[in-house]
Amino acid sequence: MDKVQNKQNMSVNIAGVTFKNPVMEGSGTFGSGMEYSEFVDLNRLGAVVTKGVANVPWPGNPTPRVCEVYGGMLNAIGLQNPGIDTFIERDLEFLKKYDTRVIVNVCGKTVEDYLDVVERLSDETDVVDMLEINVSCPNVKEGAIAFGQKADALFNITEQIKRKAKQPVIMKLSPNVTDITEMARAAEAAGADALSLINTITAMKIDIHKRTFALANKTGGLSGPAIKPVAVRMVYHTAQAVKIPIIGMGGIANAEDALEFIMAGASAVAVGAMNFHDPYTTVKVIDGISDYMKRYDVTDINELIGCVG
Amino acid sequence: MMSKIKETAKVISQEMLAGDIYSMWIETDIAKDAKPGQFISVYTKSEARLLPRPISICETGYINKTDGCMKNDHNDAGSQNALRIVYRIAGEGTREFSAYKAGDSVDILGPLGNGFPLTEENDDSDAILIGGGIGIPPMLELAKALKCNKTIVAGYRDADMFLNKELEKYGRLVIATDDGSVGTKGTVIDAIRQQGVTGSVIYACGPTPMLRGIKAYAQENGMEAYISVEERMACGVGACLGCVCKTTETDDHSKVKNARVCKDGPVFKASLIDL
Repeated sequence: MDKVQNKQNMSVNIAGVTFKNPVMEGSGTFGSGMEYSEFVDLNRLGAVVTKGVANVPWPGNPTPRVCEVYGGMLNAIGLQNPGIDTFIERDLEFLKKYDTRVIVNVCGKTVEDYLDVVERLSDETDVVDMLEINVSCPNVKEGAIAFGQKADALFNITEQIKRKAKQPVIMKLSPNVTDITEMARAAEAAGADALSLINTITAMKIDIHKRTFALANKTGGLSGPAIKPVAVRMVYHTAQAVKIPIIGMGGIANAEDALEFIMAGASAVAVGAMNFHDPYTTVKVIDGISDYMKRYDVTDINELIGCVG
Repeated sequence: MMSKIKETAKVISQEMLAGDIYSMWIETDIAKDAKPGQFISVYTKSEARLLPRPISICETGYINKTDGCMKNDHNDAGSQNALRIVYRIAGEGTREFSAYKAGDSVDILGPLGNGFPLTEENDDSDAILIGGGIGIPPMLELAKALKCNKTIVAGYRDADMFLNKELEKYGRLVIATDDGSVGTKGTVIDAIRQQGVTGSVIYACGPTPMLRGIKAYAQENGMEAYISVEERMACGVGACLGCVCKTTETDDHSKVKNARVCKDGPVFKASLIDL
């Protein structure tokens, strides 16, 4: 092993939690890691971010729930999840085996739903390192997005969750707003420890052969490489607007993409839809960042965070 | 449990079987563990086409080490190292696959899904294997694997048929066509009734309306039916919950009445699925 590699520091700190590297996966693209553990050594990831979990099982939306579009995909899963009981018994039990950080994505229809889950997870501090609050899913009718598109509603739910939460709280922001920095500031003011962005962009595809919508839900969330430049811009502007750390995501396909987010101001990055194109994307991104650091003689990844400009 | 592999494999051969229907043999170790009814994810070479295409395994074979020739019978040594997919050009992704030539690379992941149940009690049964359109290919490997009496019912649009000559080797072949140019004019169920097909168990793959008809037929006749369900997929490995189908009972994974087609299926007992 050469000297440069020995000296290389890839670990980052978000709200007091240390991550061995800044690469995780985007909620909903990876389950709780079980299925992808057949391909990826989960111990290599900075964190596993689970699919959204609610206080009770949710059936999700009718099918078709997914379709491909140029450079990306639309999904309208509707946050199908088995509920917090099964999640704790099965998914957290599984994740305990790995030496990686665990971020649990929390969803709900009412503030009380969210608080229920947050409270249940407060007993799981040995395995759950952070909470990511999903107030930005575009595919469920009640709740969720309603909290993420109005600054006062976002402030309110963030404040209430912060009062209950035993783990640092990440608020996941929606890009489907006029000014994402207004939302970011509201979350920060309410005490959020970190932000993650962006969730998917509301979109539509029409099946011209069937003369109907490609998704049963009519609209879905756009993700994949197509949204990356939008996401990088939003991460940059948000990083300028708030002091709390940001987890950046949106179409990351390789280390170059991840580095754009980091330089725009993200302390960590998440790989989402690209896991479907290549299940090894996360580890390729980690290795690629390491190679970049070697090539440019960067000894600490933290030097790159927000370095642009 | 057998393990899944994602690999860049080599195309052995490619041929057009009928209009828009192509057959590709691929050299891959995925073949070793593959069961009838399982599928592979095939990835296009463009990131602009993000999602893998799920394509059922038509049959497996091996490349004979001494003469380098492809054999599509089952190798006693258990060293199957080639698999065949028969697929329809449905869009730009499958069009890209159809242009691959022998020696080209192809990115695949598999084997995926559960496959048809192959138990010893199957050996004493009278099986009806039903394939509709692009649901016909998996019936070939199943026909090769089942040792019992078999009637194979294939539904085509018209006389532009594919795999019929190969299916004939493994059982009585009964054909239905939409336009009546070959066999019974109508559905596979019409063909079963008209051509006096009987059996004790059904294995089927095809479009949802056909599967619905088969489920009803099996119920009427007190038969067990195993159906391979199709749904739009994203990850292909059970993580994203994109490709669920409605089940009659709450299952252990979802805790709601949704089974994952890619992971819990694609083959289900018809009676357990709400089509």
